[in-house]
Amino acid sequence: MTISMSAATSTMSMDTRAHKNPLLLPFAQDSWGNSLLFVLVVVCVLVIVGNLVVPEGSALHVPTWVVTLVGKYLALALLALSVDLIWGYAGILSLGHGAFFALGGYAMGMYLMRQIGDRGVYGNPELPDFMVFLNWQELPWYWHGFDQFWFALVMVLLAPGLLAYVFGWLAFRSRVTGVYLSIITQALTYALLLAFFRNEMGFGGNNGLTDFKDILGFSLKADSTRVALFVSSAMALALGYILCRWVTRSKFGRVLVAVRDAENRTRFVGYKVESYKLAVFVLSACIAGIAGALYVPQVGIINPGEFSPLNSIELVIWVAVGGRGTLYGAVVGALLVNYLKTYFTGVLPEVWLFFLGALFVLATMFLPGHRGNTAAQAG
Amino acid sequence: MAALDTLKNAFRPDRVWEFLAPERQILVEERNNLILYVEDVTVSFDGFKALNALNLYINRGELRCIIGANGAGKSTMMDVITGKLRPDEGIVYFGENINLLKLSEPEIASAGVGRKFQKPTVFEFHTVFHNLELAMRANKRVLPTLFASLSGEQQDRIQEVLAIIGLLDLQETMAGALSHGQKQWLEIGVLLIQDPQLLLVDEPVAGMTPQETERTAELLTSLAGERSVVVVEHDMEFIRSIAKTVTVLHQGSVLAEGSMQQIQDNAQVREVYLGGD
Repeated sequence: MTISMSAATSTMSMDTRAHKNPLLLPFAQDSWGNSLLFVLVVVCVLVIVGNLVVPEGSALHVPTWVVTLVGKYLALALLALSVDLIWGYAGILSLGHGAFFALGGYAMGMYLMRQIGDRGVYGNPELPDFMVFLNWQELPWYWHGFDQFWFALVMVLLAPGLLAYVFGWLAFRSRVTGVYLSIITQALTYALLLAFFRNEMGFGGNNGLTDFKDILGFSLKADSTRVALFVSSAMALALGYILCRWVTRSKFGRVLVAVRDAENRTRFVGYKVESYKLAVFVLSACIAGIAGALYVPQVGIINPGEFSPLNSIELVIWVAVGGRGTLYGAVVGALLVNYLKTYFTGVLPEVWLFFLGALFVLATMFLPGHRGNTAAQAG
Repeated sequence: MAALDTLKNAFRPDRVWEFLAPERQILVEERNNLILYVEDVTVSFDGFKALNALNLYINRGELRCIIGANGAGKSTMMDVITGKLRPDEGIVYFGENINLLKLSEPEIASAGVGRKFQKPTVFEFHTVFHNLELAMRANKRVLPTLFASLSGEQQDRIQEVLAIIGLLDLQETMAGALSHGQKQWLEIGVLLIQDPQLLLVDEPVAGMTPQETERTAELLTSLAGERSVVVVEHDMEFIRSIAKTVTVLHQGSVLAEGSMQQIQDNAQVREVYLGGD
């Protein structure tokens, strides 16, 4: 038990170095993450040049359908990132995160619906088609404001954020953790699924919102809009990644890991665990909402199916496959599994679900970065 | 939020409204030298009294050992003091005027009561250094924590505590990779760096080698004086080596209190606990 003075002076922890330039903190010692950001930039350039500059018959031309498909994957990767933030770092396994994604998507969908104006099937300048079909006379109050893009953007953050705040406040304050929390998040998204199916809700019922024409005045069918949406998705993913990395590298992030591994100890050390869980849960829900808002204009539809519990479970599988608690793993997992999904549902549709199940089992058993429940719920 | 909390507190099912509760008199006159004042505390679980009108007074700077058979109420007592459990009746004061029964766990921790669990609980996926950094006295609300960075003074304080618990060379090691004894010391360090006035230590030497036990005894003895330390332990050898005053719990109340010698000579204690040691 001798005390080495040299160790005391020579050891300079990572905090000290990062302290000197806090802006560099998210990039320090994160070669995987930095590579990911680099690849995102390169892909953006390739897509812009390949789709808009290189002429169509050329072998180097990137078809628009590929741009949209990959853009969709990037939005889903951002969603996976939001799940990894709470699951990998704070140990909150949400099996209802698709709900926040869908809410963000609906907020964007409502804006796109208002953009249609009188170009709908019924040509009604005031009401979206489905409302005319239901014989509604005027716009419900909660549709007001959605003709403004900025308002829709605020709602993209506010709707999922507020739901996460209320839900999280109730759940975390009552110290609902582990499996029980997962089950009620599942119930949450299922309840929303049923609610959004109802025509009376005023969100298009079963069919959802679709037949979008343009965004900010640009036609959604134009190649340049598609590329712009792709670049926005890539940028959102990059910024989301940097934000999540910064949060997890901060002392706040270390408290989250402490909560994950020893919740009681964290409480006795003096942290209000509930507030921390709530804060990260709301942040994660907002990121999921942004992902939804980017996803909807690219796929051209949002319907209650997005609230399906199965979707939320699937997205946990993406994170599990990539390795939880790494952030870049969630992105890689989401891209990989979604690519495989596109491939399999095209070639061998009946095999896909078995494959997905097998993937989850194998990921939990073998991939690195996975720890048993014992450590996650200790204390 | 505050109003909701008040409302919630007002309708707690496990308590009577204050104006209905009988007036409690604080019996000991000289409270000013006491750091912990536990009086008439009763906790029952479905009729079983885990604590039965327990009285416990800890002086400032004292090192107190508490012994008792399984189920004597030692852990329940710790739970009451740290706010994990609310007693059915009784008074728990910290220092002169902090009513612990009105505070939550993090508030009690911030007020200066540190608790070491029976099983060593450290943050396994953080380095030894970060374990101490997290525990360090600071504004522990969400936003200040998000933007927190360590000052030079705080760095020095961490190094100081690392030296006390003897883990200076291991500060960059993941806490999960430490040996059992080292984890126990780290946990003591985690308490220490919060500058608590009162340390509650639950079975610190369980599972330690004789050398580690000896080292722990030194550590705890050196901590008392500046702060008060309450140790719950089964290991009689260990208690003999550190104890000045020993309290024996039995069936939720104090059976005997005194020096080790007095306790060993106490016929009642021998009967229920020491078993004719």
